[in-house]
Amino acid sequence: MAELRYIEDAVTLQLDVGRCNGCGLCVAVCPRGVFAIADRRATLVDRGACIECGACALNCVPGAISVEPGVGCAQAIIHGWLTGGEASCDC
Amino acid sequence: MTDEISIAQQAGGNRPAAQSCCPPAPPPGGSCCAGAAATPLADRDDAVCETSRQQEEPGRRAGSCCGAPRQPPVGYPYGPAGFVTGTLETPAGPVPQVSSALARDDRRGAWRVRWGFARDDYRVRPGLYALGTPDAGAPVLVTANYKLTFDELRASLPGLDAWVLVVDTRGINVWCAAGKGTFCAEEVGRVVRESRLAEIVEHRRLILPQLSAPGVAAHRVKEACGFRATFGPVRAADLPAFLDAGLKAHAEMRRVTFTLRERAVLAPVELATAWDRRMLLAYGGILAASALERDGVSLSGALRRGAPVIGAAWLALLAGGAVTPLALPWLPGRAFALKGALAGGLLAAAGTAAFGRRLSPAGKLALLAGVPAASSYAAMNFTGSSPITSPSGVELEMRKALPLQGAAAAVALGAWLAARLGR
Repeated sequence: MAELRYIEDAVTLQLDVGRCNGCGLCVAVCPRGVFAIADRRATLVDRGACIECGACALNCVPGAISVEPGVGCAQAIIHGWLTGGEASCDC
Repeated sequence: MTDEISIAQQAGGNRPAAQSCCPPAPPPGGSCCAGAAATPLADRDDAVCETSRQQEEPGRRAGSCCGAPRQPPVGYPYGPAGFVTGTLETPAGPVPQVSSALARDDRRGAWRVRWGFARDDYRVRPGLYALGTPDAGAPVLVTANYKLTFDELRASLPGLDAWVLVVDTRGINVWCAAGKGTFCAEEVGRVVRESRLAEIVEHRRLILPQLSAPGVAAHRVKEACGFRATFGPVRAADLPAFLDAGLKAHAEMRRVTFTLRERAVLAPVELATAWDRRMLLAYGGILAASALERDGVSLSGALRRGAPVIGAAWLALLAGGAVTPLALPWLPGRAFALKGALAGGLLAAAGTAAFGRRLSPAGKLALLAGVPAASSYAAMNFTGSSPITSPSGVELEMRKALPLQGAAAAVALGAWLAARLGR
């Protein structure tokens, strides 16, 4: 089966290679194959596949990764709009 | 009996064994089960977790990690729970034992929650469990306390002896709980301490599900309990291979998939929206609106005019909640709203072809505009069940799709009213 792709232009993921220590935890935690280690530094090999789950940024000790984490869930976003709070689903 | 009590205390603090009190006989002192006594795994630490997280990570996921408002206390069935097959004696006391074989009750429960019945209350008591007969060197697998998750984990490990550490995710699956922040390093550390895991195993390593990583910072698990956290594979089924390979996962084990089979198991819960409370209210509204006539109300008119509208709503639900998930890779476009509108358009066209002779032109228009509008909305809500959508992308498609869905729904409503008044 061809890999499923989603809207890619809106992705907020950023990698600051200068702060990367090459630990590779981002590669381990990313469920979408966004990262790879090349030359002892992380690199974005498929930024468009990012689902902004936030696993990489939370586990990046030197803080080289930034992303606006959240759940890609319409109901959660509607809930956030209605309550004026943050997106949160009841799933 | 004594064993049962000590297990409950060991695994969960202050709650006596379920057999000895709870329903049917009310506890004499009133201190058991009901109210705070039945609260899972010590509330007091929760408050600590909440403050520490918020102090250290200001602004991030405010109000989510462990900072979510305390939910009302829930009782966890324990002693008599069918999936506990025995107890294993350990230096920290007896630990409940479970098997990798699922019983009929487990299968029935899985079927029930897949169809959306009482899905929010399908929980396993947090704490340590023995899968098979693990020894002091056996691996420790950490998981969520959604019973469907717990069952999936143990069923994936036939013949394996391991410790299963269940953290309190309020009955939510691993990934969603991590996203909410309830599956976090502090919570893992708390269950490790309360279960006295350090007295039971010689090593100091926990294997976490990879999909807990949005909530669990591995380095903070070490700080919280002295155990090193290693992220295992995404799927429990890959755990044996991961363990055999010396805790190494190859690239495929690290990727989420969304196969036809994985999409198909999600369709029932989408279809179950049909008997959602809001939908039942909507049916009432539709029937009431259909009953009105110039000279009063008519029950037969309500059914004659209302039933097609409810039928169209089910058609939209089928298109958005079943056809779209199943045909996801083959429906054109990236936005789920578009895929759902196309699936709804197809079904509405088929419906018009089948029942067209019994519909007025305005009725046809109502069907052709209303079904895609509703199926597009239903499909958009399926983004939350898929592992491929980013919140930024979902928000982008919603901003584009919601006005169109609203406009199409308005056209459908206008056409339906016109069809009614025209008669």
